[in-house]
Amino acid sequence: MKVLAISGSLRPDSYNTKLLRVAEELLPPDVELELYDGLKAVPPYDDEDDVEPAPPAVAALRQALANADGVLIATPEYNSSVPGQLKNALDWVSRPLMKNPLRNKPVVVVGASTGAFGAVWAQGELRKVLSAIGARVVDAEVAVGHAHTRFDEDGRLTDESLQEQLQESIDALLLEMHTRALVLV
Amino acid sequence: MSTTTDTQTALPVGTWTLDPIHSTIGFEVDYLGGTFRGQFRETEARLVAEGDSPVLTGSAKVASVDVKDENLNAHLQSPDFFDAERYPELSFESSEIANEGEEVVVRGGITIRGVEKPVELRGTISEPITDYTGRERIGLRLETTVDRTEFGVDWNAPLPDGNQALQNDVSLAAELYLVKEA
Repeated sequence: MKVLAISGSLRPDSYNTKLLRVAEELLPPDVELELYDGLKAVPPYDDEDDVEPAPPAVAALRQALANADGVLIATPEYNSSVPGQLKNALDWVSRPLMKNPLRNKPVVVVGASTGAFGAVWAQGELRKVLSAIGARVVDAEVAVGHAHTRFDEDGRLTDESLQEQLQESIDALLLEMHTRALVLV
Repeated sequence: MSTTTDTQTALPVGTWTLDPIHSTIGFEVDYLGGTFRGQFRETEARLVAEGDSPVLTGSAKVASVDVKDENLNAHLQSPDFFDAERYPELSFESSEIANEGEEVVVRGGITIRGVEKPVELRGTISEPITDYTGRERIGLRLETTVDRTEFGVDWNAPLPDGNQALQNDVSLAAELYLVKEA
């Protein structure tokens, strides 16, 4: 099985990307994690551009989502909400709503921020957006607050309880992925 | 004024199957101060009234839910609402059919999102008529109200005043044309 991991931050040294790399280590050996790196190339959504063939960056994201059995998104929080580029990418892939690649796809949302609350508002809004798109949003949360103090030099989480929450979120995602695989047989 | 209860059901004898073209299985729910309506286009129903224990069964395909906007159809089929992928059908099976005065009362279990709850449907049944092809037909109209949250259909959106946009009570109405099997 495959998990597509999407970081809502474009910064190369992003704490959210670090969180995804920690998550990769928590997956069982038969589950592959693909770290999506095309977010910056997604153009601004324009209904008039939303035709076939889609812009290459959009087509690549749609294909990556279609190939994945589940999705793990780590988001920062900008002005109490979802980063614009992440929301923009989701707006692209959501069209048409009835056939979009996130439809019924298990998705878990986690987040990290340098503030105290670990992007909880952005995570909440992102779950709402994903539900409206038709994704199967997993009921789990990891909020890495003060993110600049939570990773060691090797990128590992220094907080044991956060590590446990991340493992629980991953396990909940895997459960939904396996359940869906059985339903689709 | 008195109401008579007659557990000896006076149903027209026979096995009756749904004419899906003329029948409607729909719902309505209060939303944003008005009433929002929809229906299921792919439906089945059967009334078996051959002996002492008549049974009414029915089902509707969730993927056939139909409201006035394609995107709303998609949302209603998603895990936020009926979750068509995991629970492709709504279904009903009666345990008892009785007459109470002018009404027909059908008790049984309704299953939505894989959750079965007891429910009582009330309505009317018409006398059989013979159609243009010589087949007997009856009309059965039944209604009930369910609390959607009891079935895990929990979606809502808060209004500025703190209330919720979508009410929990949903009226279900089945207007069934039933044709007697040969």
